[in-house]
Amino acid sequence: MNTETDVSAQTMFTETVIGRQNRYIENVVKIFFLFMTCLMILPLLLIIGYLLYKALPVLSFDFLFTNPKDNMRAGGIWAPFLGTIYLVVVSLLVAAPIGVFASVYLNEYARDNWFTRIVNLAVVNLAGVPSIVHALFGVGAFVLFSGMGESILAASLTLAIMTLPVIIASTTEALKAVPMSFREACWNMGATRWQTIRRIVLPNSISGILTGVILQVSRAAGETAPIMFTGAVFFKPIAEGNFLAYNIFDQCMALSLHLYTISTQVPDVAEGIPYATAIVLVGSVLLVNAASIILRVYLRTRKRW
Amino acid sequence: METNNFSIETENLSLWYGDFQALMDVSVKIPDGKITGLIGPSGCGKTTLLRCFNRVNERYGNVTTKGEIKILGKNIYDSDISLLELRKTVGMVFQRPNPLPISVYENILFGLRIHSQFRSLTRTQSDEIVEEALTSVFLWDDLKDKLKTRATSLQLEQQQKLCIARLLPLKPQIILMDEPCSALDSEGTLAVEELMSVLAGQYTFLIVTHNMAQARRISDECIYMFLGELIEHRETQALFETPEHPKTADYVQMRYG
Repeated sequence: MNTETDVSAQTMFTETVIGRQNRYIENVVKIFFLFMTCLMILPLLLIIGYLLYKALPVLSFDFLFTNPKDNMRAGGIWAPFLGTIYLVVVSLLVAAPIGVFASVYLNEYARDNWFTRIVNLAVVNLAGVPSIVHALFGVGAFVLFSGMGESILAASLTLAIMTLPVIIASTTEALKAVPMSFREACWNMGATRWQTIRRIVLPNSISGILTGVILQVSRAAGETAPIMFTGAVFFKPIAEGNFLAYNIFDQCMALSLHLYTISTQVPDVAEGIPYATAIVLVGSVLLVNAASIILRVYLRTRKRW
Repeated sequence: METNNFSIETENLSLWYGDFQALMDVSVKIPDGKITGLIGPSGCGKTTLLRCFNRVNERYGNVTTKGEIKILGKNIYDSDISLLELRKTVGMVFQRPNPLPISVYENILFGLRIHSQFRSLTRTQSDEIVEEALTSVFLWDDLKDKLKTRATSLQLEQQQKLCIARLLPLKPQIILMDEPCSALDSEGTLAVEELMSVLAGQYTFLIVTHNMAQARRISDECIYMFLGELIEHRETQALFETPEHPKTADYVQMRYG
């Protein structure tokens, strides 16, 4: 072995200039992306931290379970809190079955033809309609035309129409995640589509479907525009601590609208109250989201393929 | 079946996916109780032809079929045909083992459960059926203590045998196989082949394969297809050793160099 090959063997895997440049760029890019990810988390932490800091003096168990007092300058948020629960639950009761079953039809039964294409187009466009337009439609269709008046029912139906496209989209995604080979196996043993759906497709997609539905809670709970003209009112005290205090043909208060009112329409509100209201709104939404994550994790432990 | 020696007969069968013609005037007779191989380059319509025989093609969307298919002497496009009954009689095994994501036990019973009244199977009956089905595919000894495990967690070879076993309780006459060994290692391939040759006679097998050696090993008759046309159909040995059609010769000899 001569010295020449010895030298080249020693420098064989050392870094070249271009290699160093590439490594440098690689690091810069990675740190940049990490930075952007942190930027994404930062606002959430800041918002919640700021809200908590401002709200802590007011937040208490009583705050949740007493009505607003003194022209909403003091007291709690029982009436709007319960109102929001009613609106969300009723709207989900309407939107979830329609959305899920429609999506099952589109995915499992429908062939690719002009009808399904129109339906899919409609779903996409429905998702793009601004919420104030939904509100206007709600006033026309439910409040006036159907004669429901301004009521929890009318407001919930408006919310339901608004959440439908997203429920359909998330259900579709959950169904698509079930491998086609399972369906093929069933069909080739002479299973009907319904038997395939009930025994194989649904049990393996239910976690995704439920998650999608539950995530809609956050959207429905936060909306103000669609309920403003269709059923939510500025002020309406109800029996404190009674979960059945509303009738769905009544009007109700709602957290989102209440927050807007006490922040902008009422002078001299105690400083902590709007923040505490916001915390309850955000907190309930986060709680529901957390519940959906737990549910998904639980259901996922039972499926594997 | 006594008077009829062919399980499957087609007469000028043509099939289109939308505008694309995937099968052209295929006329074929598949003998009873034998293993028939179906070979040809990718995209020549082997799988399409296979899927015609239990009419499952129709589930894949825009399909038009012309011509006649007789299964066990009965035209399966007659108006009194129940597709669900047809698919009981004509079972299918796929390229990738696709056991359902339920227990081994329930996989075997799945076919029976969907075809019988709710809760009409007693526990002892179903136990017997499962044992019998698993025994006939040589899985009983391996799996008798694992009946409750999820079928999707088995080894691939076991999964594929299970996919064959779950057809048996439905008492099929014909088993269609779409490259059943392409996902298996050589040991698994041999095991499945051995299983097929044991079961042949009781069932008619039609097997699509890309593996020429396999076609040669296990099939009694062999069909060569090219671009949607049936080129040659003869006894396997004759097809491989003295192909009549030049296209067959090209294909068979190219692979064998």
